[in-house]
Amino acid sequence: MIDETDRRIIRATQEGLPLEARPYHRIAADLGLEPAEVMRRLGRMLEDGVIRRIGVVPNHYALGYKANGMTCWDIPDDRIRDAGANVGALDFVSHCYWRPRHLPYWPYNLFAMVHGRDKASVEAQVEIIARLLGPDDRGHQILYSTRILKKTGMRIG
Amino acid sequence: MTRETKATLDEADRAIVNALQGGFPLVDEPFAEVGSRLGLPTDEVIERIRRMLDDGILSRFGPMYHAERLGGGLTLAALRVPAERYEEVAAIVNAFPEVAHNYAREHDLNMWFVLATETPEGIADTVGRIEAATGLTVYNMPKREEFFVGLRFEA
Repeated sequence: MIDETDRRIIRATQEGLPLEARPYHRIAADLGLEPAEVMRRLGRMLEDGVIRRIGVVPNHYALGYKANGMTCWDIPDDRIRDAGANVGALDFVSHCYWRPRHLPYWPYNLFAMVHGRDKASVEAQVEIIARLLGPDDRGHQILYSTRILKKTGMRIG
Repeated sequence: MTRETKATLDEADRAIVNALQGGFPLVDEPFAEVGSRLGLPTDEVIERIRRMLDDGILSRFGPMYHAERLGGGLTLAALRVPAERYEEVAAIVNAFPEVAHNYAREHDLNMWFVLATETPEGIADTVGRIEAATGLTVYNMPKREEFFVGLRFEA
């Protein structure tokens, strides 16, 4: 799906795009490629989902989103796809995944990240999720982050 | 530690953050195109992004790659760390280059981290090495399905 030239472009951009008027021309010059080819390959990787999106990632703490709740739900396995699709579609949910339980200690299989400016707004959003899930919600918890211990970009390519 | 940043954003900064959480154009002069959309000169768009990166208001600017589609491994894992060992274990875990993010959370499972490895098999290997280095059980929770991923924050 990706070839060696794609990998070189990935390595050159995983720390970010050059902050200059023609960033793709800069990457092309550094790699000995044509600018049009760099743009074409980035566009293809976007279409294929190798790149999720190109843009800025705000530091949500810095924007005032101080309450970051990882909400974890115990959903019947035969209902998880419907539940996940519905919860993932809510505009205040930033990530939504089905993950394995670790019984008996960890019964939760649906994870949804919810961000608010304070805990009250996270809790109000959790109430909305609980109402949406109805009887499929067999129990849930909010795990608030208290500290970022490490945050680096992923190293790939 | 959580980076405490005083986010002093004006209207133009907010417009850039809200407009650019995806959709940065693939054209010769993308900042000019963004600028004309937002009514800002090209140089100003670039300078504002640079300043917000320097100030920690933005943590990244560029393509966001999808680790699994690149052939790598990715998982979320948790540890129950005794309170008296918390800082020691955090240092051990953070020293693994495969640990991309690590968060303290309010629960018995009080340390949650994302592992990113070059191959899918690298996850089990890294989990084993973290267990050996910490003496603690790693609760590995790889995703079974992704329903939504898309950070959208209004500035």
